Amino acid sequence: MEPVSPTIPRKQRLATVWLAGCSGCHMSFLDLDEWLLELAQQADIVYSPVACDRKDYPAAVDICLVEGGVGNTDNLVLIQQVRANTTVLVSFGDCAVTANIPGMRNMLEGADPVLRRAYLELADGSGQRPHAPGIVPELLERVLPVHEVVPVDVYLPGCPPSASRIRAVVEPLLRGEWPELSGPDLIRFG
Amino acid sequence: MNLYSLRIDDHDVAIAADSTVLQAAQEASIAIPTLCFLEGLSAVAACRMCLVEVSGNDTLLPACITPVQEGMQVHTATPRLQDIRRTLIELLFTEGNHVCGICVANGHCELQNLAVEVGMDHSRLPYRFPDRHVDLSHPLFGMDHNRCVLCTRCVRVCDEVEGAHVWDVGWRGEHCRIIAGLEEPWGAVEACTHCGKCVEVCPTGALFHRGDTTDEKHSDPARLQALMQARQQQRWNP
Repeated sequence: MEPVSPTIPRKQRLATVWLAGCSGCHMSFLDLDEWLLELAQQADIVYSPVACDRKDYPAAVDICLVEGGVGNTDNLVLIQQVRANTTVLVSFGDCAVTANIPGMRNMLEGADPVLRRAYLELADGSGQRPHAPGIVPELLERVLPVHEVVPVDVYLPGCPPSASRIRAVVEPLLRGEWPELSGPDLIRFG
Repeated sequence: MNLYSLRIDDHDVAIAADSTVLQAAQEASIAIPTLCFLEGLSAVAACRMCLVEVSGNDTLLPACITPVQEGMQVHTATPRLQDIRRTLIELLFTEGNHVCGICVANGHCELQNLAVEVGMDHSRLPYRFPDRHVDLSHPLFGMDHNRCVLCTRCVRVCDEVEGAHVWDVGWRGEHCRIIAGLEEPWGAVEACTHCGKCVEVCPTGALFHRGDTTDEKHSDPARLQALMQARQQQRWNP
């Protein structure tokens, strides 16, 4: 008879991603304070602008929190990698869910009018358009909510979502359960 | 007083024959979501949030303007109605530019609260991002058309309560918007008495006090009801 080895539960692989947003959702993530220590015991943070040095999005990620809308060519490449390599994609905060404040540039109808407005019309006389192909990512014509680009599994609205709201999503996901979100404390925009 | 008996969801209600279905539901403590409706103003059924199902009727009826009938059977929260209400709120969010995080009415907005009530954690419809303007020509107040849901409460309160009729509805379809005077800057309309009733009844951050910044607009529609009551009882007559 073969010896039975004790099964060690595999740590979940967690990532967080920052697209077109202000990083406020990530600041709120850091507001989880001491619960971050518990999180570190239950999950390996494999990609994150605030908790990991890795530059390329890894394979086989279990849960990814995506902050921000999809606003430039870098965002577009990254969100497609995230979707391809992630089991549960969480649309994290109002910019990811609605395009929110970055989406306000959509009212100017196109990347060109936005750049003209920002770098020439509002400049003090010495304005010039940035031009660094291959270095500065090009703006997309519109900033889009994440779910208008790739399928999303969980929506976590808020500007930013509070730490307790983030925990209400991440905690059940780590247990392999689906978060049930309703009511003003968990789904109110703003 | 002539009374009608009707059944709303699982409740039997007896109510004056000249009542609406919405009043009958309120009598039975059944909450039907509303947006354009405001106690004290005429009902116009603009927003369709209060749509209900009435047995024997193929079409859905807006509770705020549908008169009660003897023996009526009303359903207020079927899955079909819940889906329609969520879709209506998504239509309102995607039709304008509602950026809750930086809005004067954040935390005190009827549209934002309705989104929670109907369970909207995202919009299944694409956002339009229309190009709309902000009228800051009035010395005390501002009008941000990005946040307007065309409920017409401002139009009605100015006409029916203040008697000034500064506001009206102009244009059609996607160009439809609230206009001041004869499509003039608000500050140029001499009929405006600066009373602020339109700001008070606006359910969103579309009408606001000029000094208000994010989260600072706290409307209280109950003030309108207090005013209407005082007038009715002639409490302020000399």
